[in-house]
Amino acid sequence: MKNPFDNLDKMLEHRLRLQIMSILIMHDAYDFNALKDLLGVTDGNLASHIKALEKEKYVLVHKTFVDRKPNTKYKASERGRNAFKKHIDALEAVIKSQK
Amino acid sequence: MKPVSQYEQDISSIRLMMEKSVKFISLSGLSGVLAGVYALAGATAAYFMIHYPASPFEYRMYSVNSEEVIGNLLGIAALVLVASLLTGILFSSRKAKKQNTTLWNPVSKTLFLNLAVPLVTGGIFVLIVLYNGHFGIAAPATLIFYGLALISASSQTFEEVRYLGFCEIVIGLIAAAMPGFGLLFWAIGFGVLHIIYGSLMYFRHDQ
Repeated sequence: MKNPFDNLDKMLEHRLRLQIMSILIMHDAYDFNALKDLLGVTDGNLASHIKALEKEKYVLVHKTFVDRKPNTKYKASERGRNAFKKHIDALEAVIKSQK
Repeated sequence: MKPVSQYEQDISSIRLMMEKSVKFISLSGLSGVLAGVYALAGATAAYFMIHYPASPFEYRMYSVNSEEVIGNLLGIAALVLVASLLTGILFSSRKAKKQNTTLWNPVSKTLFLNLAVPLVTGGIFVLIVLYNGHFGIAAPATLIFYGLALISASSQTFEEVRYLGFCEIVIGLIAAAMPGFGLLFWAIGFGVLHIIYGSLMYFRHDQ
C-alpha cells in the first residue's frame, strides 16, 4: 500500500502557509495587511512565507496603489487551489490511516 | 513528517481561518439586548404621545395627523437608531479587542455594506411615504426592511442573525395587515426580539 504521507505537500506542511492558502481559497483576493491582522503574525514572517508560496506559483500577486500608497493583493492560483485540495485529501488519508 | 496529532491541528486551524475570514465574530450580543431596551423606551415614549390614555393593546382606528407629532416620533426613532448603533460599535470593538482582532476588516466591511443597502433603501422609502402622508406604512416597512437587511448580512456573521431577520419580516407583514397595532408590533420587533436574540447570542458567543 502506498504511504499516505507521501501525498502531503511539503510547501503546505508549514502551518502558517497552510493558513494563508485556506484564507486565499475562500476569497477572490486578500490584501497583505488584512492577512496580517487575521493571522496575527509579523510583517516579516508573513512576507517570507508568502514569498515561498509565490515562488511555488501557488499565489498570484497584484500590486496596485491606493491613495498613492502601495497596496498588495494576493490570489490563490489554480495550481495553488489544486495543491491545497490534494494536501487536504492527503491529511484526511493520514488521519484515517492512524485510526 | 510530523506526528498525526499535528496534522489534526492543521485541519482545525484551516477551519478556524476559513471561518474567521468570512464571518464577523465580534458582533456583541449584549449590545443587541441594549438596542432592544432603547427601542422599548422609545416605543413607550411614542405611546404616551399618540395613544395615551387608550390601552396600548387596543386597536387604533384613527391615524396620527399632526405634523408636530410626526416630527417628534421621527426624533425618537432617530435617537433609538443612533443610540443602538453607537452601543453596537462600542461593545463590538471591545469584543474584537478581547479576541485580538480588529473591528474594521474585510469581513466587517462586507457585513456593513450588505446591511446598509437594504437599510438605507428602507429608510429613504419610509421618509417618502411619511412625506406623502401614509403614516400606517412606517412601522411595517421599517420592520420588513430591517429583516431583509439582517438576512442579507447574515452570511457574514452568526447564523442566528438570519432567523432574527425572518422573524422581523413576519412581524412586519402582520403589522402591515393590522396598521392599528403598528406601534405594538414595532415594539415587539425592535424591542422584545432584540432582547431575546441579544441574550441568546450573549450566552452562546460572548463568553
